[in-house]
Amino acid sequence: MKEQKQYILSCIDGSKYSEAVCDYSSWIANKVDAPLTFLHTIEHTKVPAVADLTGAIGLGASEDLLNELTEVEQNRSRLLIEKGNIMLKAAKKKAVESGVSHVEIRQRHGALAESLVELEDEIRVLVVGIRGEQHEGDESGVGTQLETTIRSLHKPILVVNKSFSTPQKIMLAYNGSSASRKALSMVGTSPAFKDAICHLVYVGDADQSIDTLLDEAKKELENSDIEVTTVKLEGEIDEALAKYQLEQDIDLTVMGAFSHSRVRGFLLGSFTEKMLEKTKRPLLLLR
Amino acid sequence: MLLKSTKADWVGNLRGDILAGLVVALALIPEAIAFSIIAGVDPKVGLYASFCIAVIIAFIGGRPGMISAATGAMALLMVTLVKNHGLEYLLAATLLTGVLQIIAGYLKLGSLMSFVSRSVVTGFVNALAILIFMAQLPELTGASVTWHVYAMTAVGLGIIYLFPYIPVIGKMIPSPLVCILSCTAFAMIVGLDIRTVGDMGELPDTLPIFLWPDVPMTFETLSIIFPYSAALAVVGLLESLMTATIVDDLTDTPSDKNRECKGQGIANIGAGLLGGMAGCAMIGQSVINVKSGGRGRLSTLIAGSVLLILVVFLNDWVAQIPMAALVAVMIMVSIGTFDWRSIRNLKDHPLSTNIVMISTVVVVVYTHNLAYGVFVGVLLAALFFANKVSHFMYFEKLLDEDSSTRTYKVHGQVFFNSSSKFIEQFNFKEAVSKVIIDLSRAHFWDISAVYALDMAVVKFRREGAEVQVIGLNEASETIVDRFGVHDKPEELERVLGGH
Repeated sequence: MKEQKQYILSCIDGSKYSEAVCDYSSWIANKVDAPLTFLHTIEHTKVPAVADLTGAIGLGASEDLLNELTEVEQNRSRLLIEKGNIMLKAAKKKAVESGVSHVEIRQRHGALAESLVELEDEIRVLVVGIRGEQHEGDESGVGTQLETTIRSLHKPILVVNKSFSTPQKIMLAYNGSSASRKALSMVGTSPAFKDAICHLVYVGDADQSIDTLLDEAKKELENSDIEVTTVKLEGEIDEALAKYQLEQDIDLTVMGAFSHSRVRGFLLGSFTEKMLEKTKRPLLLLR
Repeated sequence: MLLKSTKADWVGNLRGDILAGLVVALALIPEAIAFSIIAGVDPKVGLYASFCIAVIIAFIGGRPGMISAATGAMALLMVTLVKNHGLEYLLAATLLTGVLQIIAGYLKLGSLMSFVSRSVVTGFVNALAILIFMAQLPELTGASVTWHVYAMTAVGLGIIYLFPYIPVIGKMIPSPLVCILSCTAFAMIVGLDIRTVGDMGELPDTLPIFLWPDVPMTFETLSIIFPYSAALAVVGLLESLMTATIVDDLTDTPSDKNRECKGQGIANIGAGLLGGMAGCAMIGQSVINVKSGGRGRLSTLIAGSVLLILVVFLNDWVAQIPMAALVAVMIMVSIGTFDWRSIRNLKDHPLSTNIVMISTVVVVVYTHNLAYGVFVGVLLAALFFANKVSHFMYFEKLLDEDSSTRTYKVHGQVFFNSSSKFIEQFNFKEAVSKVIIDLSRAHFWDISAVYALDMAVVKFRREGAEVQVIGLNEASETIVDRFGVHDKPEELERVLGGH
């Protein structure tokens, strides 16, 4: 198993972001030369298939009920599998057309987050839409599955929230913390950002130490031939970043993600969560 | 975490849970009353218990969608305690039952359920159905019973099973409710002189209040209640875990069995402190809940709370329900609980399986204690299994005439049950100068096997032969407790290979 090459995992569910997810994952797969896998999960709804309010149980009640439930759910799942299969095939076709050499498709039962945790070891980068099918109508907000996914997965996650445009200008939110250092070295080493322009952004009260921090970071990126602009912003971190994103027409934001501790996130209000709410551009979260 | 639950557990299936909860609440009322009568206490004891247990389990149970309340299995165990010592001792026993169940939960005894085979579960369910049915018989066979009672029970059953066939409304209104309402209305209008729920004892007229059982806190009290509590704890957990498995199967979702044990314990403590009797999960009601579309914790909560509200506010009306209507509902529950497929399967299943199932039923019906039945069933199943496995043994016997050497190559499983067969395989009458016992393809599972080998070696020596044992180390690798580290195929093949 360990020999197997880690792949880019792209989560497709038929929502409006699925196409963009497909494009972004193809882009990454091409850039980093990794195999691409499309995943569709068949989530079993909590809503029961059978509801009979007679309240009477007769001969073999439990057995009959089991048969009835099995039959209805079998049909329901079969339809979902078929539907998912069509979407996956379409996505695969598109990815192959855009030049990805190894494309696989997979279908799994169960909620997205739990499937991803099981597949974690095989994942190199995960690409997901910001909201799934269930929240199709919502204008903003983060999908329920996404938050759990980000919390439980320790892999880079690209959250897609708009249709595809080749990421050329990227923004790296940097404050010298260990998560952001990791993000920095990832940007520096990944083939995905070879020809990109990187805006290295710090938000908060600036002093001497910040300047040296940014300079060091800038140097590190320039060593790997990336064009860097350093910027210092003031104000609420999430708002400042979101605003800068739009002003500078940034294609992609890279940042370190949620601290592991749920308690801390609960007490301090998770910055990543706020950022997911505010951002209008794709976000690459690094753990 | 005992209180951990997801949002989906509560509101994931709002409509289904609310409707199913209502259906179950209505079905729980007659059951709680009937089981109180079995136990020999006022109906309010069972009704308070059903309320407490259902509501507490809704929050801390390990199996969303399963219904727990006062049950027949538990009520049957309390009869003599109530008769000899009274209600207060029952409440104390209920508290102790809860404590024992919590301990069982922390010791992870829920996993012991794996020893309870399918046939024992079937036997348990069938025995339970028979007991519930038999508990209704006094209402039908008493001296003062008039033909009105028979007629009403028959009509009641007719309504329960035929009402669902009426188009549209048949599927919307629970038919047991229709049965109770129409029987009650008929009895009141005609003014029939038959027994009603009101005759059976006190109904709740207030919400339950906190009560510490009025028993002396002495060792003597403990020695009275402990045997009852232990039996209640075992039966309660058995029925709860079996029901949980049934609900798991029906809904195709997993559950946390150890959490369910702790939850049942806490629920029983709650019931004991609020004047209720011990209870557990109910197979029939849980099936009704799932059938009515209940899946989440909300269904259990609604069932418990609506039950109490209905009974407290309608107690004058509940008192008018004829016992005959109640009997009809309980007969339905017993029919619905019985596993009819097991009767059909009798002719296809192996005899040993059938014996296990039927013994479980017979022992329970005879003792009125489900714990004994399960104990006998599990024991029999284990014996049958040991017997089957002991057949997996054969000897290869080779004779080398030149050196006068007899080689016994043992294949298979040697343990307490097969050890005498193991000795019998050797031919001690044969006069040879050397005996080689090759055990590299055998497995010694316990000390009986080692002892049998020693005996064989000694016997051969006495006959004047030189004995050489080969491969004892490999053979006895399985003797250690917790033989189970061999999860890799090559390891398994090495240790157990060749059989």
